Amino acid sequence: MALLQIAEPGLSLDPHQRKIAVGIDLGTTNSLVASVRNGVAETLAGADGEHILPSVVHYSSDSAPIVGRLAEAKATADPYNTIQSIKRLMGRSASDALQLGDHLPYKFAPSEGGMPYLQTAAGDLSPVQISAEILRSLVTRAEARLGAELEGAVITVPAYFDDAQRQATKDAAQIAGLKVLRLLNEPTAAAVAYGLDQQDKGVVAVYDLGGGTFDISVLRLTQGVFEVLATGGDSALGGDDFDHVLAEWMMECSTYHAYDASSSRELLALARSVKEQLTSTREVSVRLPLSGETLNISRDQFNSLIQPLVSKTIRACRRAVKDAGIELGDIQDVVMVGGSTRVPLVQTKVGDFFGRAPHIDIDPDRVVAVGAALQADILAGNKPDSALLLLDVLPLSLGLETMGGLVEKVIHRNTAIPVARAQEFTTYQDGQTAMLVHVLQGERELVDHCRSLARFELRGIPPMAAGAAKIRVAFQVDADGLLNVSAKELSTGVESAVQVKPSYGLSDNEITRMLQESYSKAAEDRESRSLREQQVEAERLVGALRSAIAADGEALLSDQELKDLEAEINVLISLSEGTSAAAIEAGVDHLAQVSDFFASRRMDRSIQSALQGQRVDQLDKERG
Amino acid sequence: MDIAQNFFELFSIEPQFDVDTQQLSERYRALQREYHPDRHAHKGDREQRMAVQATAHLNQAYQTLKEPLQRAQYLLHLQGIETGEDNRRQLPGSFLMQQMELRESLFEVGNKSDPFAALEALEVEARQLETTGFSDFKAAFSSMDFALAEVCVRKLQFVSKLLKEIEAAEDRLDEED
Repeated sequence: MALLQIAEPGLSLDPHQRKIAVGIDLGTTNSLVASVRNGVAETLAGADGEHILPSVVHYSSDSAPIVGRLAEAKATADPYNTIQSIKRLMGRSASDALQLGDHLPYKFAPSEGGMPYLQTAAGDLSPVQISAEILRSLVTRAEARLGAELEGAVITVPAYFDDAQRQATKDAAQIAGLKVLRLLNEPTAAAVAYGLDQQDKGVVAVYDLGGGTFDISVLRLTQGVFEVLATGGDSALGGDDFDHVLAEWMMECSTYHAYDASSSRELLALARSVKEQLTSTREVSVRLPLSGETLNISRDQFNSLIQPLVSKTIRACRRAVKDAGIELGDIQDVVMVGGSTRVPLVQTKVGDFFGRAPHIDIDPDRVVAVGAALQADILAGNKPDSALLLLDVLPLSLGLETMGGLVEKVIHRNTAIPVARAQEFTTYQDGQTAMLVHVLQGERELVDHCRSLARFELRGIPPMAAGAAKIRVAFQVDADGLLNVSAKELSTGVESAVQVKPSYGLSDNEITRMLQESYSKAAEDRESRSLREQQVEAERLVGALRSAIAADGEALLSDQELKDLEAEINVLISLSEGTSAAAIEAGVDHLAQVSDFFASRRMDRSIQSALQGQRVDQLDKERG
Repeated sequence: MDIAQNFFELFSIEPQFDVDTQQLSERYRALQREYHPDRHAHKGDREQRMAVQATAHLNQAYQTLKEPLQRAQYLLHLQGIETGEDNRRQLPGSFLMQQMELRESLFEVGNKSDPFAALEALEVEARQLETTGFSDFKAAFSSMDFALAEVCVRKLQFVSKLLKEIEAAEDRLDEED
């Protein structure tokens, strides 16, 4: 029988089908997936009907990880296996992670490389693998909703993400088996979604305060072209930090001081709920966990706690406006994005700074995914005539280490991407034959204050007097904001190139290993599921036969037949204790066959006994 | 895109210091529409790579012509004169003196009662030097006195560095605020 394809209403089954591409907002707190259907971009709901997927993964030793609301529910009971806010650790070194993670209940595994690994019941996992789990869940959702395999996705990242953080995001997609059409900056995605493309011309500022990151982008719009003039921010500042300062303050107010991982999670969840309530009320009364004390928290108190954090974002706004080369008065619109812009103090301060009321009319949680979906639709080739074009910039300067631990900038922040730039260096010692190329990102002058992206060696430089060799180091940043570096000695042509695999990133080998693991895990998962199914099937058959024998064995079977049947049953029982689903399945089929005569006899007998000795009206009654 | 074209040719504008920035940015967007990798996303790897190269070239051209100092440097570069950091030809003593003084006042800003006001005063002075520098350059370049034009550019490089330092000092003050 041919299977019928059933299309969701509104989805065409045209053979020249649209290519399915989605936009993914992989957030610190929440993630979403959106796609364009019938010309409209919308976020997709999961099986539970919810559009927002909490970016939480719960691991256990014996079953597949759980992502989302169900995982979130385990945060208090099983804090170390419930990973939240993993985006904060993306592209970070182990030592950064310790600093950032000091108020998050993570258990770090000792690691050889610079990359942090988290200890969970399912083994030691990198932030990249954990993020891949969230992506996988979103892909499954999208494929279920859209009824097709995905062509690829546009994944959004904070504009202020550095190369290591972007690379980590791309690696996560690779491990999840997802093709990345583009890494798109979140504020740019939001600007697109806001339908600002309908506006013909103008300068807009997008203030994006999420759970763990802050971005400010200034864009100039001209007939569908979104040109980012400048961007700034802080990739470790967000609504999470509001929760933390509030939770710490609550802890200080409490007489109880022995908070452990589980109770501090509870306190953190409480702080978040207080923060959310204070957006609409002026005062909240809470009972603290463990101590049971009651605490009154006013919005003013909360505001004074978060004031320094909000001021930090305003400073970044001032710098971005300056970098954009415009005056504050040139900005026509201010758009608020990210759940944390619901905080009243944030709205007030942003409004005060820009001198105009910010737009808060579109759901700040969904706007980024929607913008990404619009871009994905174009990149998949579905809208060849679209006027939309996004021109983005490099958020942080790229440079090289020079003598004395100083950084020489090769490409300055806010340079439009893609960009290629080369700089020439020379040797500083007579007869020097090798040179260490150390690539850094950041605005500071000292190597120690910048993010180390990669180190590689250029060897085989012919011995020459100091300063005679000419080494040309070329930087190339693609449209995803990802960097490639190559170095070449000009007189000999000795060359060395690296795809910048951040010092704290995953090597290609590691990614391949993780990919293989995830494939074999998926195969394992499938295998164990079908094993379990066949075992259940075997149990069911054995149980049915045994009760049939107990009821009718003596009457319907000869001694030999009974013995044979018992033997066959035992064969299946021992098979089902094994690990081969296929063998059990064959055993079930076999037992069903060899017991078929018994089933027929019982059937005949029950019909006979039903027809004999019973009156017709009784039969009818039973049937009715 | 013909990468052998010079940046002025790429944007079809006259190779001179005065540039209509609005026209420049319009041409930039038109070229981006044509060459940006996103416009070639569904094509093969080779086309993608070429698109990335073309837009990288375009971005560099645009940035060079947009920024007055880079534009001036590029005009000299087209005349075979390189004004990079390596070139340390002596500038007039009086100019260097003035630069040292300005820099000293920059270091002392932190001790002033109103450091923001002091910084702003410095910035105004530097901006003035910048304006004069550009008009001197324009005059020298258009009368084809390239040696003088080069001196102007190298003075402007000093001023530009000073302006960056003023900005950095402002950022630091902001942080402490």
